[in-house]
Amino acid sequence: MHDKTIAELAAGLRERTYSSVELTRHFLERIARHNPSLNAFITVAAESALSAAAQADLALAAGTGGPLIGIPIAHKDIFCTQGLRTSCGSRMLDNFIAPYDATVVERLAAAGAVVLGKTNMDEFAMGSSNETSWYGPVKNPWDQTRVPGGSSGGSAAAVAARLCVAATGTDTGGSIRQPAALCGITGIKPTYGRCSRWGMIAFASSLDQAGPMASCAADAALLLQAMAGFDPRDSTSLDTPVPDYVAGLDGDLAGLRIGLPKEYFGAGLDGRVAASIQAAIREYERQGATVVEISLPNSPLSVPVYYVVAPAECSSNLARFDGVRYGHRCENPKDLEDLYKRSRAEGFGAEVQRRIMIGTYVLSAGYYDAYYLKAQKIRHLIADDFRRAFEQVDVIMGPTSPTTAFPIGAKMDDPVAMYLNDIYTIAANLAGLPGMSIPVAPVDGMPVGLQVVGNYFEEGRLLNCAYRLQQQTDWHLGVPVGFD
Amino acid sequence: MQWETVIGLEIHTQLATQSKIFSGSSTRFGAAPNTQACAVDLGLPGVLPVLNREAVRLAVRFGKAIDAELAERSVFARKNYFYPDLPKGYQISQYEFPIVGEGRVEIVLDDGTVHEIGVTRAHLEEDAGKSLHEDYQGSTGIDLNRAGTPLLEIVSEPDMRSAAQAVAYAKKVHQIVRWIGISDGNMQEGSFRVDANVSVRPAGQTTFGTRAEIKNVNSFRFLERAIQFEVERQIDLITAGGKVVQETRLYDPDRDETRTMRVKEEANDYRYFPDPDLLPVQLDAAFIAAAIADLPELPDAMRERFQADYGLADYDANLLTAGRELAAFFEAVAQGSGAPKLAANWIGGELTAALNKSGLEIGASPVTADQLAGLIRRIQDGTISGKIAKQVFEALWNDGGDADQVIAEQGLKQITDSGAIESLIDSIIAANQDQVAQYRAGKEKVFGFFVGQVMKQSQGKANPQQVNDLLKQKLLA
Repeated sequence: MHDKTIAELAAGLRERTYSSVELTRHFLERIARHNPSLNAFITVAAESALSAAAQADLALAAGTGGPLIGIPIAHKDIFCTQGLRTSCGSRMLDNFIAPYDATVVERLAAAGAVVLGKTNMDEFAMGSSNETSWYGPVKNPWDQTRVPGGSSGGSAAAVAARLCVAATGTDTGGSIRQPAALCGITGIKPTYGRCSRWGMIAFASSLDQAGPMASCAADAALLLQAMAGFDPRDSTSLDTPVPDYVAGLDGDLAGLRIGLPKEYFGAGLDGRVAASIQAAIREYERQGATVVEISLPNSPLSVPVYYVVAPAECSSNLARFDGVRYGHRCENPKDLEDLYKRSRAEGFGAEVQRRIMIGTYVLSAGYYDAYYLKAQKIRHLIADDFRRAFEQVDVIMGPTSPTTAFPIGAKMDDPVAMYLNDIYTIAANLAGLPGMSIPVAPVDGMPVGLQVVGNYFEEGRLLNCAYRLQQQTDWHLGVPVGFD
Repeated sequence: MQWETVIGLEIHTQLATQSKIFSGSSTRFGAAPNTQACAVDLGLPGVLPVLNREAVRLAVRFGKAIDAELAERSVFARKNYFYPDLPKGYQISQYEFPIVGEGRVEIVLDDGTVHEIGVTRAHLEEDAGKSLHEDYQGSTGIDLNRAGTPLLEIVSEPDMRSAAQAVAYAKKVHQIVRWIGISDGNMQEGSFRVDANVSVRPAGQTTFGTRAEIKNVNSFRFLERAIQFEVERQIDLITAGGKVVQETRLYDPDRDETRTMRVKEEANDYRYFPDPDLLPVQLDAAFIAAAIADLPELPDAMRERFQADYGLADYDANLLTAGRELAAFFEAVAQGSGAPKLAANWIGGELTAALNKSGLEIGASPVTADQLAGLIRRIQDGTISGKIAKQVFEALWNDGGDADQVIAEQGLKQITDSGAIESLIDSIIAANQDQVAQYRAGKEKVFGFFVGQVMKQSQGKANPQQVNDLLKQKLLA
């Protein structure tokens, strides 16, 4: 059952080949078997999953229920779930149970999805390897000595190991796409504002965006369909209609203009990864697409800009975790300052503390103009690069990540090397554009992701590109050894 | 040396919205602690602010009322600092781009001088919660009911040169916010709080002296006292060879002094930056037009109209435009009675005294504008004298009814029949020959005795003018 697409599972459920309870139990058993080694889940919600599945079976019997009725999924532990712990991968929120559901959680529940649990992640989504989690690193199912990528590493590993049908992720600088690439799954970061941020714990508010992580484009389309849409509780969510993503999957790609930014194929890119990307591009050419080299001249600035903007916002967003109302509080504080200092020093890990300090610094009097303001200006220039590019091409393609998954521990002592992992993904967040990672030919048995960036609200086109590639190739069908 | 005082005020006025500026919680005052604080107000993880349209509308009304520029685009920013009653660790405020730009407020001092005070800006922001130190042994209680309450912070230019001007300005702003219905202005409940920036400089010097900021003064009287104290303190300090340090001070009404709260060097770097959770506020012409469509005639304009249309003196016009209800009451009485000056006198005199005595606001006056107008009509047409009118007023105040009814029932109609008055005078003259002789011998004071007798015997109803005239005729005859 765990090797099927959502459409196949939905048919099986409708035809009573199996019930949602059976399906859910099957995935819970897989989690019980594999999670101790993978560490992909922080919280497994067996009881509530089975009761939701039983409800779904009633709906199925009655011929009602949404498009995802009875399908077992998982949520990144950054989405608030009413009554179910939401830790955000941090000791700070180890005891936090939200009194509300995130909009994305609510919408997927309304579509009928069954929640198996909450997936592991880098602490407060700050990291590219899932090693900053208070709950320990997630292992890459393709090679358990390697990282799954991050910050949505738990979701990526869980989908890749088929511990759930699909999962939610969030992407601030590549946190859906990079782990999708490193774990060989399909993930899409929608246009900023496409999915509501209500109930999604903020890292960098102007960059954060939720999206689906799945085994294939068709599954991702079904999830995104349920997740996307305007939410009056999020002032930055956009009030524009959501197209029918499933209906658009199979569109003809003849005449599609693909831009390849020369900056994305330069030094730092593993040659074998480049070859996989080129092979995928050739497949698109076979389907009638044309390829042009383009330039995104400001893209080398995207990492430094990101590491000003994101920490600045996070330093403010994480100020609420002060030990006063909820979350971790130090023992026996002697006064207010002691309460703040020890609660935060104990509650936050090293990477989170590093970013809070960077962010505090760049917003400080005397440094604001030189860092924050300048970064915002460059952010506009980066968006302008894309605007000009999209006058010429329909989509931009390149590698999602410069290398395949690296060994656990390899970059933990070198934050800058870690940050450079997101060199190709960050720009889409800075510009607010949709971006996707699609599995292409692996290198030495390790997955490689093709990144496709589209114009605003062109999630449909990205899903179409992914779907058509997946119709002609089997790169997305690989399952890691031991998880088939 | 002659010293000049320089004062600028920052006024926080709570906007009269039903719900908070970024959440749906109620803003009602006085509820049990933390019963009016939702997930947004508590700063729980993942929550987001959504701007209350009504708060924007009220800010626009204020901008229009002080003839200010309204920003087509204003931006919410985060003011970052840690405090237990600030749940998010930042306050959402406006910094670089406030919604209301430069405006002006005219004040009139007791000596009749008129001053224009510049308003630099007014911006929208959320209030913090309250820290309760008294009731919790060794710890502090946090009440977040107030967190997220909408405030309009009104920042003046350093245009005031005395405590009296500062108080007049604060009172004027207080009058305006209540007049245009954007705040209840309740100072006890903290709906109207004043911070005063005070400095002194030698007369003639053009640069400003170092200022101290006096925080959270919650009465006009305290504002005046605090500024007076602070000015003296600064002058004494400088005269003694010291230097004023830039700092925040608190006014202690019990000791009538200001005290250091925190010195600027220790002050926070608030690390303001635009709030990425909120879009810039774009004001369009239609929104502004709708916001100000029902803006009432403003107090200054009304004051001038009262002077022009009703011939009121400065003093009366000022007094009667202190509040909108009072002004409306006056207009009703003036128009109902056709005697605006009498109306002004009665409202400023008898009615105000009675209201004060009973601790009532004009809106709760037992004597309505209609009743008072009816009474004044009878004074105006000579049916009753001013003195009798006070008696009628008291009856109206205590028992209701209308003036004509009271006059008829109690037989208070003025005696204007000169025959009746003459015969009364004749009998009094006949009975008091000694006094007549005194008067005729030149002791004019005795005249009052006769008037008194006539009024007494007529039970106050004899027309005083006629009594005067007839008495003179008869005594000198």
